[in-house]
Amino acid sequence: MDALELDFGLPLRSFRLELALALGRETFALVGPSGAGKTTVLRVVAGLVKPERGRVSLGDDVLFDSALGIDVAPEDRRVGFVFQDYALFPHMTVEQNVSYGARGRTAELLERFRIAHLARARPGELSGGERQRVGLARALAREPGVLLLDEPLSALDPHTRAALRLELSELLDELDLPVLLVTHDFHDAAVLADRVAALADGKVRQVGTPSDLIAAPADAFVASFTGANVLAGVARPGAGGLTEVELDGGGVVYSVDEAVGDVEVAVYPWDVSISRELPRDSALNHVRGPITSLVVLGNRARVQVRGLVGEVTAASAERLALREDDVVMASFKAAATRLVEQAQTTAGR
Amino acid sequence: MRRRRLFDVAIAGATAVALTFLLLPLVAIFLRVPLGELVSQLGSGVAVDALVVTLETNAIAQALILLVGTPTAYFIATRRFRGRALAITLVELPLVLPPAVAGLALLAAFGRLGLLGSTFDVLGVTVSTGTKTAVILAVAYVASPFYIRGAIASFESLDQPLLDASRTLGAGPARTFGRIALPLAAKGLGAAAALSFARGIGEFGATIMFAGSLQGVTQTLSLAIYAQFDLDFDVALSLGALLVVVCAAILFTVKLLPAWTRSSSTSVYPFAPSGSS
Repeated sequence: MDALELDFGLPLRSFRLELALALGRETFALVGPSGAGKTTVLRVVAGLVKPERGRVSLGDDVLFDSALGIDVAPEDRRVGFVFQDYALFPHMTVEQNVSYGARGRTAELLERFRIAHLARARPGELSGGERQRVGLARALAREPGVLLLDEPLSALDPHTRAALRLELSELLDELDLPVLLVTHDFHDAAVLADRVAALADGKVRQVGTPSDLIAAPADAFVASFTGANVLAGVARPGAGGLTEVELDGGGVVYSVDEAVGDVEVAVYPWDVSISRELPRDSALNHVRGPITSLVVLGNRARVQVRGLVGEVTAASAERLALREDDVVMASFKAAATRLVEQAQTTAGR
Repeated sequence: MRRRRLFDVAIAGATAVALTFLLLPLVAIFLRVPLGELVSQLGSGVAVDALVVTLETNAIAQALILLVGTPTAYFIATRRFRGRALAITLVELPLVLPPAVAGLALLAAFGRLGLLGSTFDVLGVTVSTGTKTAVILAVAYVASPFYIRGAIASFESLDQPLLDASRTLGAGPARTFGRIALPLAAKGLGAAAALSFARGIGEFGATIMFAGSLQGVTQTLSLAIYAQFDLDFDVALSLGALLVVVCAAILFTVKLLPAWTRSSSTSVYPFAPSGSS
């Protein structure tokens, strides 16, 4: 199998990047905040950065092995690299860009990526989406054994981004080779990737499917990165088999997870409901306070109450006539909480 | 209100004085002798000889500067090595060195009795005072830093991801240099070469110290002006006028080059440091 296997370490500015990953013919996303070492991982695979120790192999090809003294030059690796902002050659036409490193015929690729009509255009004349397609076509023209994508959507405006995310997702599904992409946006990763690794301070915190990470975040960093509210507190066994968490900011939260000592409570915004009165449902946890921020995004409204973000439909926000500074109740079930280890990262949000 | 007006008048006045001071001598060259006279003086033997010597030596010197300076600049711009800052400083040293000292230093190194003088003789190259080779060396010595410095800046301003992309697309370092770095830096290199050319054309101090002033052999335009200064002032003036025109043309070329770069550039990539996340 043409699997990409990495196991390497190298010192970066303020921490050490240590990584061991194996991926088959799948799309694998490295997610993490800026400065977590994500791009460096791609540069190591491409041969643009030399690790201090370790081994990188693609199928039977050993690309790097510190013990054997192997370090294949970038131009001799079967690696397709789509750079952040695509790095198209500005002095060449689209066709010249795509054929620059091509092994096979480029005409077919231009057709496949719907850029044949732009063959004579220069990168400066292209839209963001067209540039992305040229960047992908150029990388694939080399018939690589692995495709690397560095923040493939970050150069785009929000409107184009949503459309291209789907387009890219379909395209990656068609490819029959390992794809390693990095992004700081968990949502992008969730749409594009089969598996995700959360990276912070040069270490992988958790590997799994996007839904694994949401359902059971390994620690507070992963929880926060996947979009959860994270509240610090001290846990102790409570009544009815539940765990009682005394929050550092005051108040008590009940959870079905078991834990003792310093923990963080993770709860996703879509599990937090907002009401004017104490709701008559099964929710055990209530936080009462003024709305500190209210943001409507399409058909959803994000409401912040004392550091806790809840997501309700825009319609119900309207029906409740929510305004900033209104005192409301944010409620969530004990079953909707996850107790996770406290984050030990400097690179978190 | 009145004070502000006074200030405006003061700075405008200073500007007028400065511009007049800088332009007046140049205009005077052309006003002193009728234009027809200026042109006809250029036909004199001294003038033609000086023009030929200047063009010949500068053409060779600039070719050498481009040939050796371009890879040097690329190396310094794209590699990180111990002593890099020192290398850049050494390149810049001839810029601040008095030309007379440069001439003296060249004499000490390449003159017949100098450090390498005998070595050059063995190679069949006669360098010593009174040869064109000496003029070429003097010009290359004082002018090359202008080119190398500008070329380093052009190569440094290239987007590193473009060079990286070329490598990942199967191009080795040499092909990346030829097909990506060189074309993208070409306009900056052109501007740097024009400055170096201007410096070389006007070279005086190092040449007169090292190569001497022999008509038809080492006497360049600048040296001829100095020689004719006492003999025939009109010839000196016409040679001066010629140099003013040539230098002005070079300056305009340099000013126009970056404008072309901006208008025809299709690069949309913001600067991205190679060490990002």
